[in-house]
Amino acid sequence: MMRVDVRLDRDGLITLYRTMRLIRRFEERVVELVNRDEIPGVTHEYVGQEAVATGVCHALRPDDVITSTHRGHGHILAKGGDPRRMIAELMGKAAGYNRGRGGSMHIADLSLGIFGANGIVGAGAPIACGAALAAKLEKTDRVAVAFFGDGGMNQGVVHEALNLAAIWKLPVLFVCENNGYAISAPISQMAAVERLAVRAVGYGMPGESVDGMDVLAVYGATTHAVERARGGGGPTLLECRTYRFVGHFTAEKARGIKYRTDDEIAEWRTRDPLETYPAWLKQEGICDPAQVDAEVEARLEEAVAFARQSPFPAPEEALDGMYAVPYPGLPARGW
Amino acid sequence: MREIRYLEALSEALREEMRRDPKVIVVGEDVRHSLRGVTKGLLDEFGPDRIYDTPISEAGFTGLATGAAMAGMRPVVEYQINALIFVAFDQLVDQAQKLRYMMGGQGRIPVTYLVPASGARRGLAGQHSDHPYPLLIHMGMKVVVPSTPRDAKGLFKAAIREDDPVVVFAPAALLPVKGPVPEEEYTIPLGQGEVKREGSDLTIVAVGPLVPEALKCAELLAAEGISAEVVDPRSLLPLDRDTILASVRKTGRVLLFDDSNRSCGYAAELAAVIAEEAWASLQAPIRRLTRADVPVPFSPPLEAYVLPSRDRLLAECRQLLAASRA
Ligand SMILES: Cc1ncc(C[n+]2csc(CCOP(=O)(O)OP(=O)(O)O)c2C)c(N)n1
Ligand SMILES: [Mg+2]
Repeated sequence: MMRVDVRLDRDGLITLYRTMRLIRRFEERVVELVNRDEIPGVTHEYVGQEAVATGVCHALRPDDVITSTHRGHGHILAKGGDPRRMIAELMGKAAGYNRGRGGSMHIADLSLGIFGANGIVGAGAPIACGAALAAKLEKTDRVAVAFFGDGGMNQGVVHEALNLAAIWKLPVLFVCENNGYAISAPISQMAAVERLAVRAVGYGMPGESVDGMDVLAVYGATTHAVERARGGGGPTLLECRTYRFVGHFTAEKARGIKYRTDDEIAEWRTRDPLETYPAWLKQEGICDPAQVDAEVEARLEEAVAFARQSPFPAPEEALDGMYAVPYPGLPARGW
Repeated sequence: MREIRYLEALSEALREEMRRDPKVIVVGEDVRHSLRGVTKGLLDEFGPDRIYDTPISEAGFTGLATGAAMAGMRPVVEYQINALIFVAFDQLVDQAQKLRYMMGGQGRIPVTYLVPASGARRGLAGQHSDHPYPLLIHMGMKVVVPSTPRDAKGLFKAAIREDDPVVVFAPAALLPVKGPVPEEEYTIPLGQGEVKREGSDLTIVAVGPLVPEALKCAELLAAEGISAEVVDPRSLLPLDRDTILASVRKTGRVLLFDDSNRSCGYAAELAAVIAEEAWASLQAPIRRLTRADVPVPFSPPLEAYVLPSRDRLLAECRQLLAASRA
């Protein structure tokens, strides 16, 4: 079942599990915190898609750049984001990544190459192209990864970004996480092609579809695309076929809209990477997943405690930091 | 009179207009399952030719509505979030709004754009909390921002029947609010403001979600012996200047209460109109209470700090009276 065409040592294999487990449990904790009203606003959980962010980011270096989406927690954790500062941000606390300015859909850490989650579908794709152009101009072999969904795949700006990257041979990897739906809209009704990767042909770049429930397959495909990009071979469109096991956002159930069958969800759940992958690790004698689980639990426990004890930012801070170059009277107050 | 929610009032308006005119079609994201609730039941009643779930392609479907309108349809476009106006901006202001004029007055572009979740609502942060009406008004687009269920239904219906592009902003904070709505057929014409509460000491011109806040404030002021008049423009373009100016001439003091950015915001336009037309009646400088010029921050205490609030309005009203000429 597991496709291993790029070699990983034992530590690497365990790291993949640790990251996936961290994302899954992080999201489960987030739901609890939302339900306890400790997290305001809207959160979109990454549950079911962990193998994608994990496989992709494991093939990246710390200085590579990613642009993320509204469903960004998984990307950020996989790129090395600190769960303590993430949860603090989700709670709107001063110790959060964005000092409480951003919340779930905007977490960023430029020092880790995380150019931000994004509230606007598709908006990160051209930003990744810009980071890639800079990498090229500075003669580094950094690459940039743009994450977006099947829904994002239909946004005009994503198509513009694909073309820009192709004509300038930018070191970008476009990762389309095809989870089958954009909120209630099935991709089968929103695209006239079955495999979104075929769209790459129209832009003159390689396109590949991989099993997004198989972390090793994602890692392998990403590694090849990243090598090509680092070597000056230009962009790739990688479609990862996956599924979200939960609603579009935390409170979806309460809205009472139903657009997927229980059978479909159950069918995909049989391929849960957090079942299949640890089972494989155990079977191969690579590690005891339970030990990793305990580590992850302790880390999240500490993260939640850290976020809880962090204070809220002082209200007057709301007007700070808008401009790198400040002028008197800017930004204007409302009164 | 029966009471229904603002959201239901919008929904009724759309259903009635679809029954009345077979040219009315609905275009938007997740409208068949009605994520926002306005389009509930429309697919069952009118079938798939009248209601379209689009891909996430706001510029595309906005332009599509323009073309359909020029060719005889009467589309209603729903934007799932307020910021989608930005994604569609060229198609709105440079195409739909300009084409008729630029073609020498040929044709009609009867598109209605509904923004059923406008403004901030605790924790939606910078990219989901705007009320981008000043930008559209600046470019000449007709805009209404109803503040009650009754106004929402009447203005939405009038907007759909209007032969020009009209944007209807439905503030997120008002969607669950209940209020009286007549059962019989009615519309509220564009360009008519309404005095929502009469008073004699000062005028509060409040927009959209701030109208209920202004009314509560007026009540509190009444207890202090201050009589505040609350004017709701409802239709921001065309604007009913007469109703606003009459009120300002009567009270001599005016406070503009608007939840859009301060610089080049809607309150700035109102202030200019009042300064030009009612200068002689003013007994105190015009005051504005608006949103600060920053993206709405996520954290609740930060968010509260940058948005115009009832508490600040109260303080502003007291200061306005204190600053008046004897
Ligand atoms: C430009 C834009 N249009 C619409 C929305 C509202 N919206 C948020 S997420 C979403 C669906 C996105 O689907 P997809 O890209 O497949 O990502 P998924 O949610 O499946 O992870 C929509 C329509 C938005 N945030 N931005
Ligand atoms: Mg999707």
